[in-house]
Amino acid sequence: MKVKSRIYNGTLYLLLCGELDEHSSSYTREEMDKAFGSGIFKQIIIDLSELDFMDSTGIGVLIGRYKKMKDRKIPIYICNPSSHAEKIFKMTGLYDLMPKII
Amino acid sequence: MKQDNFMEVEFKADSANESFARVCVASFCLPLNPSLEEISDIKTAVSEAVTNAIVHAYPKGDGVVRMRVQLDKNEVTITISDDGIGIKDFKKAREPFYTTKPDEERSGMGFSVMETFMDDVQLYKNGDKGLRVVMRKICNSATLKEGTYAERR
Repeated sequence: MKVKSRIYNGTLYLLLCGELDEHSSSYTREEMDKAFGSGIFKQIIIDLSELDFMDSTGIGVLIGRYKKMKDRKIPIYICNPSSHAEKIFKMTGLYDLMPKII
Repeated sequence: MKQDNFMEVEFKADSANESFARVCVASFCLPLNPSLEEISDIKTAVSEAVTNAIVHAYPKGDGVVRMRVQLDKNEVTITISDDGIGIKDFKKAREPFYTTKPDEERSGMGFSVMETFMDDVQLYKNGDKGLRVVMRKICNSATLKEGTYAERR
């Protein structure tokens, strides 16, 4: 699992690569939180184009990050989910918290 | 060539083995010629059940998880069991967003995901202690026929 980040034009872009499960959840959580403290941005876009697998543990990680950014009034958006991730997001209602953008 | 097959495997209840468990079951199901979506569904359900066993069944982290996978025509039955602390209230455990560890950023959607991605999910007490999760999925695109397994090689 890898988390790549960059800030551009006031947006924090996070690229999640690999498999997000219980085993990789602590690392993913830490890396995302590090990126949250890495600079100034007004919104966050999480790119899942290189995420090969995710289960409900990933939902817990994402909701936890949402709660942190909600306090700072910074919205989070999801882009490029696989059909598999999309299925989990729809059933758990994650898109209500983190809308999908193209 | 018989139209049924099974395998059993056990491993340490360690999150490092989650990926192995997913890939192991998915590989064994390949003779059914499942679609990519069906394989993703199976891998996710296995991951949920194995994670439950690792995170919830053994608080001290010193247990064993067992998996049995049975193929029968176009149907796969996956049994994942442990000898851990078990679940007192099955009905409560299956409720969406219910978690016994709300302070750990857990979604509480494990059983809901299993139920969504598989055709049937049953929970049983595993003898005096532990849990046995039995999940069944019919692979509609499956084409396990006489000789299919041999022809693939």
